[in-house]
Amino acid sequence: MEVAQFTQQVVSGIAIGCVYALVALGFVLIYKATEVVNFAQGELLMLGAFLGYTLIVMVGFDFWLGGLLAVALTAAIGFALERTVVRPIVGQPVFAIVMVTIGIGFVARSVVTMIPGWGVDTHVIRTPFANRTLTLAGVVLSQDHVAIIVLTVALCLSLFGFFRYTRLGVAMQATSQNQLAAYYVGIPVKTVFSLIWAISAAVAAFAGLLLAPIAFVHANMGFIGIKAFPAAVLGGFGSIPGAVVGGVIIGAVEALAGFYLPEGFKDVAAYIVLLLVLLLRPQGLFGGVARKKV
Amino acid sequence: MRVIFKTDYDQDLRLFRHGGAVLWYAVLGAALLLAPWAVGEYWLSQLAFVCVYGMAGIGLMLLSGYAGQISLGHAAFFAAGAYTETLLLTHGWPFPLTLLAAGLLAGAVGVAIGLPALRLSGIYLAIATLAFAFIVEEILARWESVTNGNNGLSVPVARIGPIAFDPSGRLFYYLALAAVVLLMLGAINLLRSPTGRAFVAVRDSEIAAQSMGVNLAWYKTVAFGVSAAFTGVAGAFYAHKLQFISPEAFTLVLSIELLVMVVVGGLGSLHGAIYGAAFIIVLPEAIGVAKDHLPASIAGQPGLKSLVFGLVVIGFMLFEPLGIYGRWRKIQLYFQLFPLYRRATFRRQRSYLRTERLR
Repeated sequence: MEVAQFTQQVVSGIAIGCVYALVALGFVLIYKATEVVNFAQGELLMLGAFLGYTLIVMVGFDFWLGGLLAVALTAAIGFALERTVVRPIVGQPVFAIVMVTIGIGFVARSVVTMIPGWGVDTHVIRTPFANRTLTLAGVVLSQDHVAIIVLTVALCLSLFGFFRYTRLGVAMQATSQNQLAAYYVGIPVKTVFSLIWAISAAVAAFAGLLLAPIAFVHANMGFIGIKAFPAAVLGGFGSIPGAVVGGVIIGAVEALAGFYLPEGFKDVAAYIVLLLVLLLRPQGLFGGVARKKV
Repeated sequence: MRVIFKTDYDQDLRLFRHGGAVLWYAVLGAALLLAPWAVGEYWLSQLAFVCVYGMAGIGLMLLSGYAGQISLGHAAFFAAGAYTETLLLTHGWPFPLTLLAAGLLAGAVGVAIGLPALRLSGIYLAIATLAFAFIVEEILARWESVTNGNNGLSVPVARIGPIAFDPSGRLFYYLALAAVVLLMLGAINLLRSPTGRAFVAVRDSEIAAQSMGVNLAWYKTVAFGVSAAFTGVAGAFYAHKLQFISPEAFTLVLSIELLVMVVVGGLGSLHGAIYGAAFIIVLPEAIGVAKDHLPASIAGQPGLKSLVFGLVVIGFMLFEPLGIYGRWRKIQLYFQLFPLYRRATFRRQRSYLRTERLR
């Protein structure tokens, strides 16, 4: 039974970890391309979940169709945010960008509470796999958790394919490696930036929809985004596979800390891991050793 | 326009740049001393809050505005100061000594977080301080034998001998005012010293500073320590002012509020710290007044304050990155130069993406 219990904890941890991983993935996408750290990533997740709630529960679309629309709408929001608010401060010190994205977070959280039907209450999205379990080799798993893991893997694979094989994906990689060079070979760098924000917002909305069945949809659910920082740092801030692995590890560590350690450790486990990583291996698991050019 | 000619080396060392400044500071000082007779108890209390936030603002300004290090965890130092003050007073230590201890302990915590920060810069530092603040918050909530957990602690009234400083009274206001003035003078002196110049050098370019022989590790640690100590003293006053402290008072929101304070006030100016503190106190009051004139559907929204807060932050970053102090300088210059002022004087340089990435 010990092993089964351990496995269950690990699987539910990994499920939450997948959400962290997706949010971290969003950070890393934006950071790699534009060197902006988006502190509002969690709020994009929250907006995605609320849009999903509106379309699926209030309007009554099918879960998959509504989810897809919500993801597309959030991508449009990300695109618009980049155009209007973020672009004027690209090239300003880190400080300015951190403050602006924090400001975006504040605005998003309060706007959500003002929209009729959303408000400050908590909401639930019903999924096709809610409250069902799956027994695998004597281990009872919630289908919600399994679905999250499967969908995350699917999303990561399709993102990998996108960046590897499509023209736009390769252009994005080029932009994040060297903007000036990308500009010279004819890549519209500014449009690429906007599109990266759109993709990142879409990934966040996807994470929000995955999170909605196991947590509630409410205005402060975006604070989960803060837990994605440890994930991103653990993986090495500029590495996309690192962000995913980091997220999964953080989720598992958190679940195990909640189960085996005294109360209170669950909430800070992620941050303790973060500080340890920064102390012992600041480049993260997947980051290369770096030298600053003068 | 007042043009100040440098005719004497001592000029660089003077506290005030010219005679006019002395006059205006004297007027401000007199106004602040007479304020208790001019305003009611409520506004006196708000003025005391401005002093308290101002102390923390000066501390954070030293770190963020002058040494260029981002901290998203200043609530932790604030909490360290507040809890030290409360616990030591409860254990019967005399008041001014507890204040000193609060500052020193918060400073020690600052050095402790500053040490790993030496290896980090920019965004990593922000995230590390964020994580640190979360851990401190959790410790405060869980270490019940000392902090009484989420139930909080009530704060004894500060007294020196027979004089009690009632948190809503005039004496407390004077005490806070004296403290903020002392800390301000301390900060000005620190910035005039080689240490302060080293801070600015580290902010402007770490590589250049290092090449000039500035020990990065040492000055970053000092910046963290001093900033945390100032914030700790502010925390002690905050505890007295609220008369009750619990972990909920020292969350991420407080850290962000402190950061917004220095950004809105104007990064890189000590005036800005005070303007920012006044702004943070006045904003909720202004919203309260505005609510009376707005339709009920908008005025009744609970999220109104954070909406305005967020918009103000974005607005300042986009349109006035130098903050209130920067705007004030522009207005000043406009009138000094009167018909000749050009907007381009303060135009931001367009910079191509400035990379901080290590590659």
